[in-house]
Amino acid sequence: MSPRDRISQAIRAAAAGGEPALVAYLTAGYPRRDKFREHVRAIACAADVVEVGVPFTDPMADGVTIQRASLAALSQGVSLRWILAELAELSDVKAPILLMSYLNPLLAFGESALATAARRANVSGFIVPDLPLDESSELRAALDEQQIALVQMVTPVTEPARIKQLCAGSQGFVYAVTMTGTTGKSVAVPDEVLRYLDAVRAIAPVPVCAGFGIRGPEQVRRLRGHVDGVVVGSALVEVLERGEDPAAWLRELRRP
Amino acid sequence: MNALAKPLDSARLLADLIAGKYPDARGRFGPFGGRYVPETLIPAVERLERGVREHLHASEFQAEFTGQLRSWVGRPTALTFAQRLSDLWGAKVWLKREDLAHTGAHKITNAIGQALLAKRLGAKRIVAETGAGQHGVASAAACARLGLPCTVYMGAIDMERQAPNVGRMRLLGATVVPVTSGDQTLRAAIDEALRAWVADPTETFYLLGSAVGPHPYPYLVRELQAVIGREAREQILAANGALPDALIACVGGGSNSIGAFHAFVPDATVEILGIEAGGRGSGLGDNAATVSHGTPGVLHGTFSMLLQSDDGQIQETYSVSAGLDYPGVGPEHALLGAIGRVNYTTASDEEALAAVETLSRYEGILPALESAHALAGAQRWARANPGKTILVCLSGRGDKDLATLLKMLVKPERA
Repeated sequence: MSPRDRISQAIRAAAAGGEPALVAYLTAGYPRRDKFREHVRAIACAADVVEVGVPFTDPMADGVTIQRASLAALSQGVSLRWILAELAELSDVKAPILLMSYLNPLLAFGESALATAARRANVSGFIVPDLPLDESSELRAALDEQQIALVQMVTPVTEPARIKQLCAGSQGFVYAVTMTGTTGKSVAVPDEVLRYLDAVRAIAPVPVCAGFGIRGPEQVRRLRGHVDGVVVGSALVEVLERGEDPAAWLRELRRP
Repeated sequence: MNALAKPLDSARLLADLIAGKYPDARGRFGPFGGRYVPETLIPAVERLERGVREHLHASEFQAEFTGQLRSWVGRPTALTFAQRLSDLWGAKVWLKREDLAHTGAHKITNAIGQALLAKRLGAKRIVAETGAGQHGVASAAACARLGLPCTVYMGAIDMERQAPNVGRMRLLGATVVPVTSGDQTLRAAIDEALRAWVADPTETFYLLGSAVGPHPYPYLVRELQAVIGREAREQILAANGALPDALIACVGGGSNSIGAFHAFVPDATVEILGIEAGGRGSGLGDNAATVSHGTPGVLHGTFSMLLQSDDGQIQETYSVSAGLDYPGVGPEHALLGAIGRVNYTTASDEEALAAVETLSRYEGILPALESAHALAGAQRWARANPGKTILVCLSGRGDKDLATLLKMLVKPERA
């Protein structure tokens, strides 16, 4: 199975039981660089897809938690090169791994070198929040050669015609942002957001996962039936920050 | 290290630039520019682009803009022949006096232009970023003038070093929000203004202060500021009977300079120099000289030159001048540098401070620390090209820098 198909497959398999699949985010090397592999393994026990954040100095789509995590990771010397080397040591982890990175560190690595190195490190896909579909042809071409996914985001303010394009262009899954704003703020999920998610799901050829502001089991329950998966980020980073067990927290999230 | 994928055909790019082909449909100036924003902002930048296309060059908007420039900003700004400076440097020095514009710098021209556009597009509130405080003050003033609520994001460190401008913004009715994330200076303020825009992309208008950011900002800011070069070109032809041999401006994000340069780019006989902040040296972290020392990359929505580490992390910059203290630069400057039409060099803190002193004493004009970089570059060029004519864009006045200047330049009188 190609790396990108592993993502869709893992989400569909998990969602088949009725509960949304879990895509769980951590900032690489935070809160401690020497715990990175341990954290990935622990998260992979309870989540269906692991999203590893590559820290960047200017995370403009992220709220305070991920900003803090990113700067702390950078100050411990975490880099994309280091992350890929660490992930290459985690080939026994069954959950597919995604990298979430702003564009500039990827450009600095070089797009085609990145695709090769990512394949070697068992990375199945990328989420690049500051790379719109219209600017993505070069990275996409490089990732396509390794059959690695480039996940597109859609938002509640995206025009219907563009949602169609983004869904058609997304690989692995469609990342449906639940609100306007940065990551990490808790949101109630109003009916209109559920309708928007239904509309996205009706046209997406790959699974749809909702993210931004998902922090607890009530939100996950509310989204049940409207999405194939949910993405949790800031709240999980805070769990790791407090030194709690990420797997136990993730299992709680999905308890019916 | 980042590099351009293909070598550039400089002659063709310059011809296309002069023919008005940039930015192209994708918001590119040759390889530079574009639109690298989160999906949430796509509708907002597309709406802005449509608004720019519909209004910016329409006669109704232009009449309104020009009216504000004449009656409120104080344009055209004067062109001053600097007689004593000319004698001192051995060249003919002309100053384009943006320091005489309302609120003390060229920034007001862009602020009132964008605020007028925001109003036409039905914006309910304005957000802006500021480093030294000049764009914040200009935005606050423009919003007061047009009755729009204004929030300015400013790094906590900058708020401390530019306290008088914080007071000015508040007096002008703006809300000033301290930014404590990131490096707590201009770069973090832009990050935070972008986050505020992401949170409310429909009703908020982001009034960006320099020729940076995602398309259409570099184009919009250039078009608004191009009045500087158009006025100067006309004024110097009338007063001097000929174009200058050299045109010199300081470059941070690059709005006064792109505004000054634009009308002169086709004039092959005019040598154009952009002076960046050389700070305390050429090492990474010691300056803010992006075109001179940077490499290509993406920051704040545009592909341009950047001061960054080998693994693509943005570097902290250093300059005595808060207004030049930025690790990126407008994409059109990246192109002008790459094809060699503009020569980008640096002036150090020390040279800039000396230039403040010189202009103050010889011409009775206290320049902003930013503009003093252009003067330092002009002095060097004058010494190498005796007898030639130089036009310097004096982007702002130095009142805002008094605290720094008093500390660094004014020696106590002997008893």
